[in-house]
Amino acid sequence: MSHLTDFQIFLILSILKIAVVLVITLTAVAYTVLLERKLLGRMQNRWGPSRVGPFGLLQPLADGIKLFLKEDLMPMASERPLFILAPIIALSCALISVAVVPFGAVTRIAGVDMFDISDINIGLLVILGITSIGVYGIALSGWSSNNKFALLGSLRATSQVISYELALGLSLVGVVLRAGSLRLRDIVDSQAGHGLFSWNLIGGGQIIAFFIYLMAAYAETNRAPFDLPEAESELVAGYHTEYSSMKFAMFFMAEYANMITVACVATLLFLGGASSPFGNLLPTPTSPIIAAILPIFWFVLKVFSFLCLYIWVRATVPRFRYDQLMSFGWKFLLPVAILNIIATSLVLALRG
Amino acid sequence: MQLALFIIFGLLAVAGAINFLLQRHPINSALSLIVVMMSLAVLYWSLGAEFLAAAQVIVYSGAVMVLFVFVVMLLNAGEEERTHGSRAAYFAGIPGATAIFCLLSFVFLTNGKAFGSTDLINHLTHTTNNIAEISQVLFRDLLLPFEVTSVLILVAILGAVVLARKEQ
Repeated sequence: MSHLTDFQIFLILSILKIAVVLVITLTAVAYTVLLERKLLGRMQNRWGPSRVGPFGLLQPLADGIKLFLKEDLMPMASERPLFILAPIIALSCALISVAVVPFGAVTRIAGVDMFDISDINIGLLVILGITSIGVYGIALSGWSSNNKFALLGSLRATSQVISYELALGLSLVGVVLRAGSLRLRDIVDSQAGHGLFSWNLIGGGQIIAFFIYLMAAYAETNRAPFDLPEAESELVAGYHTEYSSMKFAMFFMAEYANMITVACVATLLFLGGASSPFGNLLPTPTSPIIAAILPIFWFVLKVFSFLCLYIWVRATVPRFRYDQLMSFGWKFLLPVAILNIIATSLVLALRG
Repeated sequence: MQLALFIIFGLLAVAGAINFLLQRHPINSALSLIVVMMSLAVLYWSLGAEFLAAAQVIVYSGAVMVLFVFVVMLLNAGEEERTHGSRAAYFAGIPGATAIFCLLSFVFLTNGKAFGSTDLINHLTHTTNNIAEISQVLFRDLLLPFEVTSVLILVAILGAVVLARKEQ
């Protein structure tokens, strides 16, 4: 590679990283759907999908083919450009935020960090910003389909996401205060000392912030118990009532991609990112390949457990009523998040 | 690279602003305003002000414009009717806009050096921390004006609550 300039190497490696991460994320999205159906099935004492492939493992493929081959219906009275634009906004915003997630230890090849598409010093704010742009996908889809159920669903989704974004953002402030930086690598490094006991969740004293984040994140991604925007008993299917074929699939993928992003952020901020839970108890691997892969294994394991928690909550907790949802967000989560910030900064000020 | 970004997103911002004026449906206008704000954010970022860029996206395109779109959706505002506007706008508008443009460009061209230059290299290579500098200015040097501004916003919120409260 000696005849390439630094910039060309950087460009090639970056494109390669983006392609690999995109493929892995999309596959993960497809298999999260399967995981959810399987786990929900077992929790409700039934099998879940089990016919396509061994243990139903090829079910996502079959679903994909089915959705591709379906007829793409377009309502007559819809706002055509916005109707097409809405799922694109939703899916691309959901996928972009993975770009700032560092999913392994710093491993440099030719000066480029391989396990991180872009290492920005405001990574956390970028994720929050992209999430707040993603609202437009839902808002526009409901409005442009010219359907009362879709409009109601999207109004619910928009107001819910705006309200819970406050609690979500405030719950992260404690973590940022501890790390003293908005760069995700710094936040991970601030929890790297003693394995499990230096994670923000346990040793950092951010356990309240974690639970605020958890609840706000469920509401942000429109998942049970806060899945009012698509409450099927009252709104048919909510904001994507009029969508079919791949446009519907894009909303569906966006929802699961958002779940994965939320799980990644929770892992980075509260569960120590790609660091091992055993700290220095495990021997340091001698082979460089194992040293590179082991952090990724921990990261994936944490994200996987967070996703399982998501599904477990969906199988367990019944749906909230709309006014309960709003008063819970504004009157409980928000004040507790503010109290958490005050307590964290007091502790930090007294110690430092 | 920076020049390319500036040209692309500067043009995008101008195109969005023109589209904002030409669109007849309020929701399309709101969406082009979002395009303008996002391109401004990219311009800030290319100048090394990444915190400002993120704040621009989160606050303006993420929160303020969502409320705009929300209200447009709720009120179900239709297409606006095209009127000829007032005659005063025709006579005062174009000369006024030209005058403001000339004044601004005169000020920027003559006093450009007096504005001082930012430490662009250090910002772009992350040797100086943007957020730390902003917070030092906001929470140490200019603490009193900052707190007074927050009280001002609180007053506005209280006013809205009073106006929206039901009569007993």
